[in-house]
Amino acid sequence: MTTAGSPKIQIRRVAKAFGAAGRAPALAEIDLDVAERELVCILGPSGCGKSTLLNIVAGFLPPTAGSVLVDGHPVTGPGPERGVVFQEYALFPWLTVTGNVEFGPRLQARPAAERKQTVDRYLDLVGLRAHADKVPAQLSGGMKQRVAIARALANNPAVILMDEPFGALDAQTRETLQDELSKIQRVEHKTILFVTHSIREAVYLADRVVVMTSVPGRIRQVFPIKLPEIRDRFAPEFTQYEADITRVVKEEVAKVHE
Amino acid sequence: MASFVSNVSTLVESGLRGPALTRRRALALQVTAVAAFLALWSALAGLVVLLELFNPIFLPGPWLVVEALAALAAKGELWVHVAATLERVAIGFGTGAALGVALGLGAGQLAPVRNVVEPLVELLRPIPPLAMLPLFIVWVGIGEPSKIGFITYATFFPIFLTTVTGVRQIDPVLLRAARSLGASGLALFTRVILPAALPDILTGLRLGVALAFFVIVISEFIGAEHGLGYLINDGRNFFLVPQMLGAAVVLGLLGYAGNGLVRLLERRLTRWQHPA
Repeated sequence: MTTAGSPKIQIRRVAKAFGAAGRAPALAEIDLDVAERELVCILGPSGCGKSTLLNIVAGFLPPTAGSVLVDGHPVTGPGPERGVVFQEYALFPWLTVTGNVEFGPRLQARPAAERKQTVDRYLDLVGLRAHADKVPAQLSGGMKQRVAIARALANNPAVILMDEPFGALDAQTRETLQDELSKIQRVEHKTILFVTHSIREAVYLADRVVVMTSVPGRIRQVFPIKLPEIRDRFAPEFTQYEADITRVVKEEVAKVHE
Repeated sequence: MASFVSNVSTLVESGLRGPALTRRRALALQVTAVAAFLALWSALAGLVVLLELFNPIFLPGPWLVVEALAALAAKGELWVHVAATLERVAIGFGTGAALGVALGLGAGQLAPVRNVVEPLVELLRPIPPLAMLPLFIVWVGIGEPSKIGFITYATFFPIFLTTVTGVRQIDPVLLRAARSLGASGLALFTRVILPAALPDILTGLRLGVALAFFVIVISEFIGAEHGLGYLINDGRNFFLVPQMLGAAVVLGLLGYAGNGLVRLLERRLTRWQHPA
């Protein structure tokens, strides 16, 4: 069904309104493609519908109009080909770190030896091998989110959707996890749709930054980030991107207050 | 006695949940409390005899209660009564728990089931179960079915309600996470909904066990030939106060053991809530 080089995620004229008779429009006509191995950040003022868009791609919400295709297949509900990393971590508290990471492979009834290999590989990748037998209550926020990332990767989804994944973490941990995700992406080359309200985070991680308008959200401007894979937050080019995007975002935030 | 007083002062200092008490000290305090209670009881019973306050038959000392129990045990009667009560509790509670958990899981997940079952439960729940006992007897007679059915009826409510709460309180983001990992249908139920609701289900079971021992006694007052409730009622008819107290003590111990068993189950199954 898919041809090589066609986009991994295709968002086609997606609109969403809430409330009776669609009184509260949240998204208006979003068209966006995400190519294979690409990390796209969606940025916008709070309440612009960026998380709504992600929830539609994840299959948690039906769009009011339009459609989403992943690998050419229309999205009709949540599915294992679209891994999700949530801001609230959403780890299963009764399972150990290992149990969480092998949740997907277990559902697919993978043999134990293969599961162990998968768990070891991804726990190594996020640096949590030593904590394999702990339960989530014993982990810090940063560690929980690392487990959640490992859990999403271990299920080998076609795309990964991340909904402000580092939003609940302190600034220090946040940057550490950005570094780690960037490192992981250099190894794994996943197709990632990443929602954030941090411009710095978006410039640090993204191949392309999509800035949305205030509600109802549309795509205001797309910034391809032409920076090296390993990025320096203090490089002049980096801060230039930050400044350019900040200007656009500020205009949109100002509209909300008018 | 002096050490007991000093224990009380530490208890006051550190509060009821104070971390200062080591396991051994806590145990010592608990044993002291029970011993003090028995001592007080003995002293009162002794005073009644010494000062001839009233007929000592009304307040036998703990030794007489133990004696009465020993006599019943020696005759082999005690076990018959204990077994009768335990059997009714086991069958009645088991059925109530199975129904409560099954319907609770269904009602927690499926709105149609919830809309059918919940109004009925809310209608019946405020009626004290004991008020329904005569009805049970009228419907199914005074034999075993009414006693067991009555326990089933009484234990169903707390177990059903905590199970529904347990399912309804599951964090929706956990369900989303599970679906995004490929879980649906039965797998979603057994791997996410059941373990997530388990702590509440176990709370319901604990309430149910307590309630089972609570209501069995009363149903054994009426038309029973065996059982600890029967033993109490029989003691009342023949003024055997030590036997009444003895049966009550055994009931207390059984209830305590039942509660302990569920707690043990809770600790084993929900260790993740309080990791070391």
